Amino acid sequence: MSSISIEDTDGRREILRRMLTIREFDSTAGDLFADGEIPGFVHLYIGEEAVAVGACAALDEEDYITSTHRGHGHCIAKGLDPNRMMAELFGRRDGYCNGKGGSMHIADVEANMLGANGIVGAGPPLATGAALTSQFKGEDRIALAFLGDGAVAQGQVHEAINLAATWDLPAVFLVENNHFGEGTPADEQHNIENLSETAESYNIPGFTVDGMDVTAVNEAVAEARERARNGEGPTLIEADTYRYRGHFEGDPEPYRDEEDVKHWQERDPIDTFAERLIDRGDLTEAELEEMRSEIAAEIEAAVEYARDADLPDPSEAYDDMFGEPVPEIEEFASRLRADGAGGDSR
Amino acid sequence: MSTQPETASSDRTETLTVREAIRAALREEMEQDEDVFVMGEDVGKFGGVLDVTDGLFEQFGGERVRDTPISEAGFVGAGVGAAATGSRPVVEVMFSDFLGVSGEQIMNQMAKMRYMFGGKIEMPVTIRTTEGGGMGAASQHSGTPHTWFAHFPGLKAVTPGTPAAAKGLLKSAIRSNDPVFFFENKMMYEQSGEVPTDPGYTLPIGEASVEREGEDVTVVATQRLVGESLDVAEDLAGETSVEVIDVRSLYPLDTDTLADSIRKTGRMVVADESPISYGVHAEIVTRMVENEFFSLDAPLQRVGVPDTHIPFSSPLEDEVVPDGDDVRDAISQVV
Repeated sequence: MSSISIEDTDGRREILRRMLTIREFDSTAGDLFADGEIPGFVHLYIGEEAVAVGACAALDEEDYITSTHRGHGHCIAKGLDPNRMMAELFGRRDGYCNGKGGSMHIADVEANMLGANGIVGAGPPLATGAALTSQFKGEDRIALAFLGDGAVAQGQVHEAINLAATWDLPAVFLVENNHFGEGTPADEQHNIENLSETAESYNIPGFTVDGMDVTAVNEAVAEARERARNGEGPTLIEADTYRYRGHFEGDPEPYRDEEDVKHWQERDPIDTFAERLIDRGDLTEAELEEMRSEIAAEIEAAVEYARDADLPDPSEAYDDMFGEPVPEIEEFASRLRADGAGGDSR
Repeated sequence: MSTQPETASSDRTETLTVREAIRAALREEMEQDEDVFVMGEDVGKFGGVLDVTDGLFEQFGGERVRDTPISEAGFVGAGVGAAATGSRPVVEVMFSDFLGVSGEQIMNQMAKMRYMFGGKIEMPVTIRTTEGGGMGAASQHSGTPHTWFAHFPGLKAVTPGTPAAAKGLLKSAIRSNDPVFFFENKMMYEQSGEVPTDPGYTLPIGEASVEREGEDVTVVATQRLVGESLDVAEDLAGETSVEVIDVRSLYPLDTDTLADSIRKTGRMVVADESPISYGVHAEIVTRMVENEFFSLDAPLQRVGVPDTHIPFSSPLEDEVVPDGDDVRDAISQVV
């Protein structure tokens, strides 16, 4: 069963809400990064919301996803809590990874979200493995890998899809073609126009859908999920989309014109879907505004939650390396802490 | 009708080769845990290119003994994803020289996921692979790269030197919720020894074993060099009393057992088939210097591959692959 049904009013409103939440979360994260409050690297999902939400709405809560370095949208679409996400971006102990992961490594195994990933193309082998567990244990769940257009050029992505196809694993590979692999246009990185054409070489179904249309993405993923559950193996879907922001926050973006961004913004996935819901009477303009202000308040609360949350104690740097700890790390920890090298917690 | 007392049953042994001991460990763990499966190139119907998994496909079927495409990044990565979701895969990488093909999934996923996710995921994956020169397999099928994996944070690495160690350590590796690399030496598969038959038999990862007690010099060895060092110790008996230790586990490393030994002998030879510079030898020597500096009576000695690759032609291969003679020479430098 899909987690959110696009067939009913409540489902459509929830889909809109999640897309708006992603945009608000990432706009806020961008501002906080610019202000210096969020350290490290931050990659924003703004413009691509229809892909994550359309896909995750078609999945069951038990289905697995793997994500990318641009993962905030996938997390929210999968139902993760913005408070704990923001706490992770702030490096707080209450974050999803206790402050050890940050923006590029948010994971929530309980929600079957197997991690954002700092390595382009590393998610598909993991999704293939999760799908293997499902098949091996006779479970009725699938694994969906989000990957970027850049990842399609990675060898391990080819290996993962080939393995999943050869073993008929219940997997879906969803390529988010946002037209740039880091700072280089996609058409300078691939010798085919539609990346879904690669599906032919695995003898699996491949489709290119409008990634700015949440309904189109949802439909394609729902069908792919059914095939996967029926033992018909994986599907490769390319969602044609666009990122409004740079590859990373602070990217000077020498590779594109502002005009291109405006051109895509005319087909903004949130605005077009909201208009459609208003047209069909799913919600009123007033209700949309109310939804926007609720979400703004929710994200503001998430920021406050993150600001108030505790930083980890430096001693926690030594935790979590292994299930069965090794004496080496215990000894180094005790030596360093005896020297006072890691002593100050603020 | 009487039953055997528990102690008697767990003390029983059989004579097995290393190959048979590894196969027995795989079979027993697959019998006692249905989440365990084996995958790799030619591990199923073929029985493994070096016959290690022979018979497992017939017993457990293709779902649990899976032949993969020649695709190390894909199937090692799938092993990581499967382990992260509740399976307990044992992945065979046919030759350790091929580990580099799957390097990304090892370095950035397998080793880091638990830590990056704040400890909220288990990674019960075992990588079995074979190392070492000696059969004219040339540079791309003869390397001993285990130092890389012992060095890389988040991984455990074991290097059994006897059939009993092979069985006990592989069973522990499979049961572990951490990623464990199990390094076999391809010249050891026919080596035989006594191995406990008790299905509950395991050996802790992180404990070295004193295989022969001695007073004058300690030889700390791994894999094939454990047996060769024991032969040297036997030859020298009456002349020099040699203590031989099987390191068994490179990471974690049992510093205490090594330190206890050097405290007694004051002299140490480290014998490991990896390249000498920046490696296992250096780590062991460093720990001895750090912990037992005032127990040392002579410079510590390293026996390994002299920083070359393994050449094909036998006079060349024999020159660089360390053996008992090299251990004997090293002993003679210090006693």
